[in-house]
Amino acid sequence: MDRVAIVGIGMTKQERRKNAETFSDMVFEAVTKALNDAEMTIQDIDNIVTGCNDFWDGRTISSMAVGDASGAWDKNISCVEGDGTFVALYGLTRILSGSYRTTLITAHSKGSESISSLITNAMFDPIYTRPLGLDAITSSALQARRYMEQYGITEEQCARVSVKNHKNAKNNPYAQLPMDISVEDVLRSRILSSPIKLLDASPISDGACAIILANEEIAKRFSKHPVWIKGVGCCADAYHLGDRDLSESRSLEKAARTAYQMAGIQNPLKEIHVAELYDAFTYQELMWTEGLGFCNQGDGGKLLEKGETGMDGSIPVNPSGGCLSAHAVITAGLIRIAEAALQVRGDAGRRQISAAKTALAHGINGPCGQSHCVWIVGK
Amino acid sequence: MAKRVAVVGSGQTHHKSQRLDVNGVELIHEAVSRALQDTHLTRDDIDLVIIGNMDHFEGINYVDMWSIDGSGGFMKPTIKLTTGGTTGSTLAIAGYQMVASGLFNKALVIGWEKNSESDTTAAINTAFDPVWDRLTFAGAIGGLALEASVYMHSYGVTEKDAARVVVRDRKNACGNPYAHLRKEVTMEEVLRSPMLCDPVKLLDMCPRSDGACAVIFASEDVAEKITDTPAWIWGVANRHLYTFINDVNFHGLHSLKNASKELYQKCGIKEPLKEIDVIELYQPYSFGGLLWLESLGLCGDGEAPQLVWDGVTDMGGELPINPSGGVIPTNPIGATGLIRCAEAAMQIMGKAEGHQIQDVKIAMSTGFGGCMWSDMLLYGKKKPK
Repeated sequence: MDRVAIVGIGMTKQERRKNAETFSDMVFEAVTKALNDAEMTIQDIDNIVTGCNDFWDGRTISSMAVGDASGAWDKNISCVEGDGTFVALYGLTRILSGSYRTTLITAHSKGSESISSLITNAMFDPIYTRPLGLDAITSSALQARRYMEQYGITEEQCARVSVKNHKNAKNNPYAQLPMDISVEDVLRSRILSSPIKLLDASPISDGACAIILANEEIAKRFSKHPVWIKGVGCCADAYHLGDRDLSESRSLEKAARTAYQMAGIQNPLKEIHVAELYDAFTYQELMWTEGLGFCNQGDGGKLLEKGETGMDGSIPVNPSGGCLSAHAVITAGLIRIAEAALQVRGDAGRRQISAAKTALAHGINGPCGQSHCVWIVGK
Repeated sequence: MAKRVAVVGSGQTHHKSQRLDVNGVELIHEAVSRALQDTHLTRDDIDLVIIGNMDHFEGINYVDMWSIDGSGGFMKPTIKLTTGGTTGSTLAIAGYQMVASGLFNKALVIGWEKNSESDTTAAINTAFDPVWDRLTFAGAIGGLALEASVYMHSYGVTEKDAARVVVRDRKNACGNPYAHLRKEVTMEEVLRSPMLCDPVKLLDMCPRSDGACAVIFASEDVAEKITDTPAWIWGVANRHLYTFINDVNFHGLHSLKNASKELYQKCGIKEPLKEIDVIELYQPYSFGGLLWLESLGLCGDGEAPQLVWDGVTDMGGELPINPSGGVIPTNPIGATGLIRCAEAAMQIMGKAEGHQIQDVKIAMSTGFGGCMWSDMLLYGKKKPK
């Protein structure tokens, strides 16, 4: 793979409700910050990929709402409908294809203007599973239950993910829910869909993110601190929940294998210094650490208990606070990439992991982590 | 290093106003199976699935995930793109670029729509800004009628000129076994058809169809092993110039004008009318079949009607447009732009049978969206440098 770097990063603060801002206001803020970060102007950008979802935005052709805010006037533009990690993947290939030199990638979402249960219910088969009321939370509850049954994962272990990530969020000025909470607080929080409780779930958030990717020539010319893309992999599992063993994440394993192979990583636990994972619910962070090969299948809880995924552990997971602390959908995966890149640059402020040379970012699409995308970035 | 990329085969469903015999996933599977048959590949040979449609038509969120059983994306990289009417051509551009990146060798690109399950205009209305545009200017037909009115006023173009385009495309569709409306119409019938939005009448407009299309893109490492006649992608370009209605300059389709300039420059095309052998134009209404030829630089402003009356764009003409019949007879929206790509590639590959143009060396396909979005791809028989 030719060398492509992340040369600009911008994001808005994620908040429960951005009353004053439209989609384009949020995207414009993120894009302006990314351009400033890259010391570029919009003239230096030769193509744009927006990350939008017609359902979450309540608009068909949702890209239309943010074209001008993304500086796409009279430029080549496209739109990926899915998590930000997938949006960025297409942006990356547009450079590798030789078509362009500098890709601006944007993503946005306003959970405050959405009805999450209806929108995620629409992921399910209209005849067979939609009438059952399945949505992101209830389907994830099925997955959590199956995972806990299969590997003896406890509600306490899940709760500790919430405690860790909300605490990490205190170091992240962009996070929505920086909190000091106890395991007890999580366990006693309101049940949303057993075994998922309020503090096991990510919040509803508004926010936008933008990153700029550039080929080697541009990256070297513009950037004082390029973060190179070392590997990317993605993979989708079966659609019907009954066609999968929900306690396993084989599509994540395959996506990770592809990314590791490209990046020349043999021992992820040792060679990756920090990971930003898509923890929409607490149990997911445990499952994804397994799928990514940080530990054996079923050992995600133990890995956490040993403190390995804490700020001082061997593989800190979600120093930003993760999705549990701020979860603008579609945007979330792009923020994972942005956070991973900030770690590699040493620009992560109080959430910085020391000597983070190689970082991993991860995003999901579809119900119960049906599809995964894994990014490895480094110096 | 970037790879050269070719279309190596495609498959389409038979398009109808209602495909009650299949659900969406089965419809997708029909097109995918035909594309695999066409290329003698199996599902195992595919290493990337790219799919798209317009969500609000079928009301299914995360279509890339939902369609796995039909797309064959199980345990493969799968990604969804959507840009409205242009979705199909946007998918084709992505198919080209993602394979050219060298990360994927063979991409299966799928566009589909089951318009019979939707209220098409209601769904399109939600594209427009809910505060400023939606109450006064929305939907597919109104904007086109406005464009047509400006065009008629500027150059004295008539409804009869536009009807001539419909007669051509409906006739061409009779040679295409997959087309939706396979019945010729006369000038009289077009002019006497019910008014939808002045000056656009029922027969000036495309129908809404159920259908899917799948196209396989392959890198130079494998393309010539799959087929002796790959349709090489020479270049792609696109523009989108519309966030609010006041952004639009209705004198010509500027997104198409600007995209075509970029495309011709990339591919070294100086005289498009002479150099290009066939165009599959995403032209959902008759006046687009005139005005947009001018935007494409095929003739001067106001000169397109003469070009069309002279038969230049007919099957035996200098530059046949829409030998498949194009969009006026067939419009499964999310598939429509990709069908243009499949048909343009079929012309290069010599596989268009009943609607084949002789000796096609260079072909072009376009995509159009009601939000004045334009996509373009140029194909050649010759492997690009």
